[in-house]
Amino acid sequence: MPQDQQIHAHTFPNGLTLLIEPMAEVQSAAFTLMVPAGSIYDPPGGEGCAAILSDWITRGAGPRDSMQLTNALDNLGVQRNEGAGSHHLSFSGATLAEHLPAALRLYADIVQRPHLPDDQFAAAQAGVEQTLHAIEDEPRQKVMLELRRRCYDAPWGLPSEGTLEGVAGLTPNVVRAHFERCSRPREAILGIAGHVEPRQLVELVGEIFGGWREAPEPTWKSGPRGPARDHIHHDSTQTQIGVAYDSVPYCDDGYYAAWAAVGVLSGGMSSRLFTEVRERRGLCYSVYASLNSLRDQGRVLCYAGTTVERAQETLDVTLAELMRLGDGIEESELDRCKARAKSSLIMQQESSSSRASSMARDWYHLGRVATLEEVRRKIEMLTVPILLDHIHAHPARDFTILTVGPEPLEVHLGVS
Amino acid sequence: MEFHETRLKNGLQIVAERSTSVQSVALGFFVRTGARDETSAISGVSHFLEHMVFKGTGRHSADDVNRIFDEVGAKYNASTSEELTLFYAAILPEYLPATLDLLADIIYPALRQEDFDMEKKVILEEIGMYDDQPTFTVYEKAMQAHFAGHPLSYSILGTNDSVGGLTADQMRAYHQARYTAGNIVLAVAGNFDWGEIQRLAEQHCGGWPAGATERQADEARPTGGATVLAKPNSMQQHVMLLSPAPAADHPLRFAAELLSVIVGDDTGSRMYWDLVDPGHAETAELGYNEFDGSGAFLCYFGCLPEETLNNLDRVQRIYDDVNRGGVSREELVQAQNKVASRIVLRGERPMGRLSSLGHNWIYRREYRSVADDLKTVQSVTLDEIRQLLDIYPLTRLTTATIGPLESLNGHG
Repeated sequence: MPQDQQIHAHTFPNGLTLLIEPMAEVQSAAFTLMVPAGSIYDPPGGEGCAAILSDWITRGAGPRDSMQLTNALDNLGVQRNEGAGSHHLSFSGATLAEHLPAALRLYADIVQRPHLPDDQFAAAQAGVEQTLHAIEDEPRQKVMLELRRRCYDAPWGLPSEGTLEGVAGLTPNVVRAHFERCSRPREAILGIAGHVEPRQLVELVGEIFGGWREAPEPTWKSGPRGPARDHIHHDSTQTQIGVAYDSVPYCDDGYYAAWAAVGVLSGGMSSRLFTEVRERRGLCYSVYASLNSLRDQGRVLCYAGTTVERAQETLDVTLAELMRLGDGIEESELDRCKARAKSSLIMQQESSSSRASSMARDWYHLGRVATLEEVRRKIEMLTVPILLDHIHAHPARDFTILTVGPEPLEVHLGVS
Repeated sequence: MEFHETRLKNGLQIVAERSTSVQSVALGFFVRTGARDETSAISGVSHFLEHMVFKGTGRHSADDVNRIFDEVGAKYNASTSEELTLFYAAILPEYLPATLDLLADIIYPALRQEDFDMEKKVILEEIGMYDDQPTFTVYEKAMQAHFAGHPLSYSILGTNDSVGGLTADQMRAYHQARYTAGNIVLAVAGNFDWGEIQRLAEQHCGGWPAGATERQADEARPTGGATVLAKPNSMQQHVMLLSPAPAADHPLRFAAELLSVIVGDDTGSRMYWDLVDPGHAETAELGYNEFDGSGAFLCYFGCLPEETLNNLDRVQRIYDDVNRGGVSREELVQAQNKVASRIVLRGERPMGRLSSLGHNWIYRREYRSVADDLKTVQSVTLDEIRQLLDIYPLTRLTTATIGPLESLNGHG
């Protein structure tokens, strides 16, 4: 583990936090800019507002119209991505380090001075509608989106892509109001990693984002989640199975125990779900569990996709594996989780994009950036008794179960 | 960066690019075999065999294989294409000996009957999974139609029938014929010691059977046509268009790559501005696929069914404009900047370099550094793009579509 990892955190007077990690060995620089204008702030009935904004906002900003802006980013070789999440709109990009300052200037325009032109609204709206249509044609994606809606309360569980009805009813003025209300420097985070010089960057970011005006924190309304047992009919070859249960969030002291417990279930090809469901029984091609975290709550989300006639057995075996985790864990299972973590942490050091997004994520969840050495130490300290204590305190039960496919399934939660 | 190359007596080729600025190493066995090397009786065997490799050998059980890869914290996987089967892992340097030993061992799997029967179920599930993904199905249908009568038309996954009827003996015969040392390249990229790589390769691969197979690689002469697969419950119409492009050894392949970026990159391209930006399509992209002896431009778009015919016209207009008027200097420079940035970013990780290293060697016996690629990309001229378009104009020769539409009303 490199000992010289340096992370600079700087919060400007207007509330924007800048995180910088210099990486001497790369030629690139990457950034992640998170603006607290995500889908939880969508107006009631206007689901998809943040999603439309994340498209519309790049259609011209500052002195450039839509085409000039895209051309400028393309000429800088910026490989970019923007999208709406629950809490944030995220803008990320990577390019050669020498092009980073010019790219940041363009993003400063995008988040502070977007044109949001009326004549481009319908196109942005159509883009989001088409994304929603594409999800309908991909049941693997649909089941996990719909599972979130059923295991988290609204608005956190709502799909950040919105709904077809919500998107259809939105107008330029409503989306513009969302921008005015939510786009603000406080709680915005800019993570930058790569071949960069921190002092110059602080100066540059201060110059181009320092004038970003503060705005009061917007509010959001909570609502109920969907049913804990549900089936969505879909004419498909396979049945998609989604299972969720409560765990801890990223900021919790027990997070790494939760992470390792999910690792025992689904961390590699020697993990339990892959071994029992796919390798021993040949029930499916794809089965996994992952740990999902909001700022104050977490879930384990599991997926399996299998042909209709084997779907019931797949669900039964998957649930049995989840429930027997607390019965015991082998030392070697934990050791394998640690080995995977160690190589992941070191390989993260080779990617400026990974580091930029990881720092921004840390700041959002923790209000600080965990060094890779700190993470390594926490994982190294885990023992089997710690994992079992965690699993007993947060057992796999009270499942949310959703299936998408031709036939619903039965849930058997008997003694396994 | 240092490049090393050697060949064992049995014909196994080893290429390696060493970098001291990274902390991990990636290695892969590139086997020159894939769907195009099959017959219809064994369609899907290359991909099925790729799965069986992880089921173990006389020395390692299936559980051992998965366990050891996880014990060394490897990021590992395998893939099968029309003409290549690849097994790879990225690891920390101290685990190189154990990982090379394991990868080299499993490439000659035991192919036990009970494992074969169990894994067949997984493959049939994988076929079912892709069956539910129209973006994949439309690619497969388009390739089948475009390369009809040519080995590149063969399905990678095979069908329920072909995989269902496949026997372990057929797979053993295929493995014996195709997995000979002369058909395999070991590529290594990242932080390693070249002397150690040579020793380990000799130790673990020196006993592999010698020999190489020839592949019929005549350029395909597609005749084109339209295939419409009605899927009434689909929300979107998925469309794929194919036209001939330079083969993997063609000097104009970099020009082809840049042309595909200018015409159909996911941002800032002609298709982006005419189809995606105005909201006429969810996605519209042009890609360039190079194969042994042949090549293809693949255009994919997904849109509302009622926009399909208009979008086909829009693509046709773009093609006509480009074929007639070429591209502008600004477009070329922009594409060069984009591609240069991608080459650098991909090259920063050993896994990115591994892919480039192995592909360049297996297709062209050529080593190209990041700097070589950057130089070549920057030196492509408008004249070369013009030459390319004269030989390989963009056309809608083959059309395949899946979605609610029952016909293309002659637009195919």
